[in-house]
Amino acid sequence: MTLDWPTLLPLIFAGLMGVAILVYVVLDGFDLGIGILFAASDAHEKDTMIAAIGPFWDANETWLVLAVGLLLVAFPVAHGVILTALYIPVFVLLVGLILRGVAFDFRAKVPVHRKKRWDALFCIGSLAASLSQGYMLGVYVLGLETGLPAIGFGLLVALCLAASYAAMGAAWLIYKTEGDLQRKAVRFLRSALVFTAVGMVAVSLATPFASPRIFEKWFTWPEIALLAPLPIVTGAAFLGLWLLTFRMPAPGDRHAITPFLTLAAIFALGFAGLAYSFYPFVVPDRLTIWEAAAATESLAIILAGTAVVLPVMIGASFYVYRVFSGKAGDLSYD
Amino acid sequence: MDALILSRLQFAANISFHILFPTITIALGWVLLFFKLRYNATGDAAWMRAYFFWVKVFALSFALGVVSGVTMSFQFGTNWPGFMEAVGNIAGPLLAYEVLTAFFLEAVFLGIMLFGFRRVSNRVHTLATFLVAFGTTLSAFWILALNSWMQTPAGFEMRDGVAFPVDWWAIVFNPSFPYRLVHMLLASGLTVSFLIAGLSALRFLAGDRSESMWKALRTGVFTGAALIPVQIFVGDMHGLNTLEHQPQKVAAMEANWETRGNVPLVLFAWPDEEARENRFEIAVPNGASLILRHSLDGVVPGLNDYVGEHPPVAPVFWGFRIMVGVGLAMLALSWTTSWFLWRRAEIPRLLAYAYAPMAFSGWVATLAGWYTTEIGRQPWLVTGVLRTEDAVGPVAASNVAFTLAVYVLLYVVLMIVYLGVLTHLALKAAKEGDQSPLPGVEDRALAQPMAGE
Repeated sequence: MTLDWPTLLPLIFAGLMGVAILVYVVLDGFDLGIGILFAASDAHEKDTMIAAIGPFWDANETWLVLAVGLLLVAFPVAHGVILTALYIPVFVLLVGLILRGVAFDFRAKVPVHRKKRWDALFCIGSLAASLSQGYMLGVYVLGLETGLPAIGFGLLVALCLAASYAAMGAAWLIYKTEGDLQRKAVRFLRSALVFTAVGMVAVSLATPFASPRIFEKWFTWPEIALLAPLPIVTGAAFLGLWLLTFRMPAPGDRHAITPFLTLAAIFALGFAGLAYSFYPFVVPDRLTIWEAAAATESLAIILAGTAVVLPVMIGASFYVYRVFSGKAGDLSYD
Repeated sequence: MDALILSRLQFAANISFHILFPTITIALGWVLLFFKLRYNATGDAAWMRAYFFWVKVFALSFALGVVSGVTMSFQFGTNWPGFMEAVGNIAGPLLAYEVLTAFFLEAVFLGIMLFGFRRVSNRVHTLATFLVAFGTTLSAFWILALNSWMQTPAGFEMRDGVAFPVDWWAIVFNPSFPYRLVHMLLASGLTVSFLIAGLSALRFLAGDRSESMWKALRTGVFTGAALIPVQIFVGDMHGLNTLEHQPQKVAAMEANWETRGNVPLVLFAWPDEEARENRFEIAVPNGASLILRHSLDGVVPGLNDYVGEHPPVAPVFWGFRIMVGVGLAMLALSWTTSWFLWRRAEIPRLLAYAYAPMAFSGWVATLAGWYTTEIGRQPWLVTGVLRTEDAVGPVAASNVAFTLAVYVLLYVVLMIVYLGVLTHLALKAAKEGDQSPLPGVEDRALAQPMAGE
């Protein structure tokens, strides 16, 4: 591999896209998860849960636009292949995101007797968006297969991803709330963790067995030894988090953010495993990142802008999270 | 129907629904900044009340814009993969810059603008309001750069059927871009002016005489009255630019079937594409020659020069007339009302009744104008480079039909709810007048999602 721009730029953009997807999954994961948890909460809890995500969800969702945007602009051919293959699940995702996005705003502005209706739609939309993302992950992992087994596997991953988003949502609530709701969130987290673990194991096993090439990459010496820490650390993180839930909420609200950070780390580890499996393909076993990449001169001009804007925006995001740090109260326009 | 026409309808439905909300947020961001700055300068709480009322409309419109915008970014891949394959090297960076600079700026600072009034200093809050307004405008800049490039492409070369960038300056500042950008920003300004004046007129009719209602009403009416003549002038320049670069579009707008001099200005007609003539025509002699060439016998290009290469005539012809008609109604109403507000400091009930239904007149004109220019680009997706029919994806027609039906249903429901909520908010504000507690001024939270709301 020669290190010139035509080689490096697609690599850089694959990396950026990976980061954008991961950040999206972690950030929108918690607000989608809170939408799912709406199903098991009362009217007052719902208001507090909304307040816990209110100032953030717009920016969180923007990471999805960035991730899909990067796929679109940096790998235009892959964008077309992947999205036409996933036409219906993408549609479900979009309808879900539309429903929950507008429900978030409508619920507070419609006459009060109609509020319940929008709460229900917020929950349904969040659930539909999460399920469809999981389904797409499952089908993608199997190389965009369309057979019945692929659909079944897609559905399994769909359930597990929705559960892991619910876990993220619960972890965020532990951080942002107190009292009864916080204790409830701890119980939510414990149940959702089980499904999260099942999903991760399923994807980890399916990926190598669906593709001999990926099997090669993992189960040969010395790779198997070098890669062993990945599943081991992930497993340890799961176990640690599981045990922690029995000691929460801790006196003085210590470790309130630990579950969220641990889950984010678990997501990152799982994502790293997937990235290693699929590299250098952007469409599994069909298109490599270099075959799918846009022209070098186009990538260069995007990179120039990205290098300036992204760090500033990440800094600004941290500022916003700091401004709205602390326990969530009632959300208001002031 | 085949996948092509269904995909086109779906894209049209999505982008039509989407554009309504940026059209509001682009200019409303600046109006909110104006309210905020007036409050900072005068300390008059009525400005802040106007701000808090309109920031709710902003939040609602922004949310609808975000969710329908996410849909747009997926549509390219799900239905039009050929577009990015052919011109992705140019469209890509323009879209990327839109997401990077604009969208993030908006989304990140929106949280502070909406919910941070008492969490950050007044100065930072004003800055956040400015950044959101600036971000929405920057969004418009990049999106219109791309759209204008699709209309009048420049600064590129074709290699093996794929466009490669040669001169980025020429790509962004392509021949129609300055006109289209200014035309759209003014359209946004007018839409918001009439929305603010219209909803304030509704509050007036509901008996509201509060100071915040008057401030918003005057802002809306005077801004509208000031912008509409500028818009008519800019629109004319945009038309002349189109005549130079896309003459077939102008021929369709004027329903002019033959290239000749002394072309009349057709006021009403039913363009018949089979017979290639106008039925039921009512026209002003030499009008089109005078407007487009500034002389009675000026030669105006006709559709006969572009047989098989020109857009469908009727929608372009009618889209243009609806846009101009709404513009003229805006001119008449805003100037009359301005006169009353200026000389008598009063608005006659009759004018308030006229203004309330004009609250969404900007939407009608904006959509009609966009249909004119976008249908006017057909059969091309990118003029002279890529035909629409060559960009459509391999998705089955039945799938597209299903998703189209659900999108349309969803958008109709959301539109009804959006309009209902805006009316509800206006009437609620009218009932409360200036009695409601003012957040930040009184030290008490305006509990937003609580039971009383």
